[in-house]
Amino acid sequence: METTAAQLKKGQKGIIKTYHAEHIPLKLLEMGCLPGNEIELLHIAPLKDPLYININGSHLAIRKETAKHIEIEVVK
Amino acid sequence: MQEINVALVGNPNTGKTSVFNQLTGLNQQVGNYPGITVDKKTGGCQLSKNQSAKIIDLPGTYSLNASSEDERIVTKLLLDENQTDFPNLAVVVCDALNLKRNLLLFTQIKSLGIPTILAINMADQMDRKGINIDVPALENALDTKIALISARKKQGFNELKQLIADYKNLPVNTSFNIDDIAPEYFNTLKNEFPTQEAYKLWLVISQDIVFGNITKQQISDKNKNLLLEASALKKLQHKETVKRYQFIKEKLDKHYNIDLNKATGFRAKLDNILTHKVWGYVIFFFIMLLIFQAIYDWSSYPMDFIDSSFASLSTWISELLPPGKFTDLLTEGIIPGIGGVVIFIPQIAFLFFFISILEESGYMSRVVFLTDNIMKRFGLSGKSVVPLVSGTACAIPAVMATRNIEDWKERLITILVVPFTTCAARLPVYLIIIALVIPDQRVLGIFNLQGLTLMALYVLGFGMAILSAWLLNKILKSNVKKYFIIEMPAYKLPLARNVFFNVVEKTKAFVFGAGKIILAISIILWVLASYGPTKEFYDAETFVTENYADSLSPEEIDTKIASIKLENSFLGLAGKGIEPIVAPLGYDWKIGIAIVSSFAAREVFVGTLATIYSVNSEEEETIKNRMAAEVNPILGGPLFNFASGISLLLFYAFAMQCMSTLAIVKRETKTWKWPMYQLISMSAIAYIFALAAFQLLK
Repeated sequence: METTAAQLKKGQKGIIKTYHAEHIPLKLLEMGCLPGNEIELLHIAPLKDPLYININGSHLAIRKETAKHIEIEVVK
Repeated sequence: MQEINVALVGNPNTGKTSVFNQLTGLNQQVGNYPGITVDKKTGGCQLSKNQSAKIIDLPGTYSLNASSEDERIVTKLLLDENQTDFPNLAVVVCDALNLKRNLLLFTQIKSLGIPTILAINMADQMDRKGINIDVPALENALDTKIALISARKKQGFNELKQLIADYKNLPVNTSFNIDDIAPEYFNTLKNEFPTQEAYKLWLVISQDIVFGNITKQQISDKNKNLLLEASALKKLQHKETVKRYQFIKEKLDKHYNIDLNKATGFRAKLDNILTHKVWGYVIFFFIMLLIFQAIYDWSSYPMDFIDSSFASLSTWISELLPPGKFTDLLTEGIIPGIGGVVIFIPQIAFLFFFISILEESGYMSRVVFLTDNIMKRFGLSGKSVVPLVSGTACAIPAVMATRNIEDWKERLITILVVPFTTCAARLPVYLIIIALVIPDQRVLGIFNLQGLTLMALYVLGFGMAILSAWLLNKILKSNVKKYFIIEMPAYKLPLARNVFFNVVEKTKAFVFGAGKIILAISIILWVLASYGPTKEFYDAETFVTENYADSLSPEEIDTKIASIKLENSFLGLAGKGIEPIVAPLGYDWKIGIAIVSSFAAREVFVGTLATIYSVNSEEEETIKNRMAAEVNPILGGPLFNFASGISLLLFYAFAMQCMSTLAIVKRETKTWKWPMYQLISMSAIAYIFALAAFQLLK
């Protein structure tokens, strides 16, 4: 099992390794979700979804169903 | 005098609207793009003594690869040179804090060959946030002119206007090479169409947008290998994004520095509270309570004032003009009709006052974040929460509040289900019927049964809205796969100017968009209620004077005449006509008339019954006693009993009986299809529930 952005814990950072192109909207890439960029999980919504993340300086909320298609390497 | 067209583009949350407001002031117009629901905002801007510009405020977008109707507008306008609005230049508004992402759109527009100015907004905060830009070097690297502006502090606008005026000197070459994306493919494209910008052709292919005289079909006719399959297309689009970001990074790294710790400290602290699992909801609850209080309670003062002012105006004019049909039309049809439009302005203004503050401050995105998980189960997202909750006060501003839902299907569903929520106009109907048929008792010692019934009706309305949303989500087809991505913008203090412009714009949209329809329908309803086809209608006065002159007081005679006239008017005949249809629900023709006239507004129900029963009093108690004495013409026994009362409550809970809502839905969806769909399906649901309730309970 690859580590995905959906598995990040609050406050954890990761580097994006790759993404499953068919499940990731172009818009997310355009907002900076590209391999090599840093992703940080800032908050998890109280009802466990969506996730509040910081990708490359863009602050976004995405659902877990999207986040699990972003493969990452956890930094700390 | 020469006027130049300026396209104002930029990512959402970059302060683009503030820039637009600052450039144009009150000199703004809202128009339509043909065939779609997006409003077109333009405004005039005086650049110098003999030069003015028409500023076109395009919807916020992250890229020219459009994913919504709003975003397609941007791509279309920038491609189609034959349009009258085709811009002479584009001004890309950027957020100084997130320049990297903002530049993606900038490089795309540059690739179209349009002269482009980069307006870096929030420049006043750069020092505080630890940002450093080498402007001349960056201008060189990006082949553009840069204006450092602050819409908030009104700084840098003279320089920006100067750059716009000198647009002919802007560089049009672009250092980003589109061939880098896929050399072979783009070379073929260039060879086949040597006179066109390759990037424009690429957008025609990838977006299926027609520009000028070039269509996707023509490209395929020339070389059908140029049209790609969906997956190959997506791959190239991804590659384009990667390449553009590489280009941007390369240019920015040299000339732009940001200290991220300084940049995001305040946001993190506020987010800890506002998205907290307890405090987040508590704060949201209180904010909604405040909004609710404003549209429900505070707006009742200006509304009462509007109501009485229009009533006095009618009285004054009827005394001033000679009696006759024209005076009647004016004082009973047109003036109350206009009053019926104006009366909604306080509610709309209040709701949009709060909504603009929530949006401007960045809080709205947090509401979406907090509530998305609940709403997604019904095929909606957190963006529908505010419209649905405000629908509990009035559906009209709520329908207008759906505009911040980008996804068209989701927005349409929200518009369609909002009228199920219990609006304030249903309350007078509920109160009088509950008082009639539900015993004033306590349950379990503390709960009042009548209060519980009222609460059940609110829950029922909201439940029906949610259930319909879930159903509609299954029924309505959408060919775009929906993804949920929202930006969580930095917190900002709302600008009074922007809030003011937004309130004015929304109010105007209602008055001029839906107001005409409301006025027309209310005049028609008035004519139907004031004229009748038969002798009984015209002889009402002589009939009553001859038969009741001795037994009734002059006042009672007047109300008796009004009652007979209404009964024999076209509207009355319509009410009688539908008696066979409403009899299975437990109603008689008098309730039929009240239901037909409720179409003007639900609260008219009580007043209409008062007129029919010739009750000369607006006192609820008097009308209630009169209603309690009514006898069911077919079944005998009281007309308003438990069964017919519940049936009537359900009917009013579900039926679409508000022409103003239909008018605003027409305004927002730009077609009669959806309001008609609402009218028919909601009335059918209401009928079925009311029928079942009466037949089971009688």
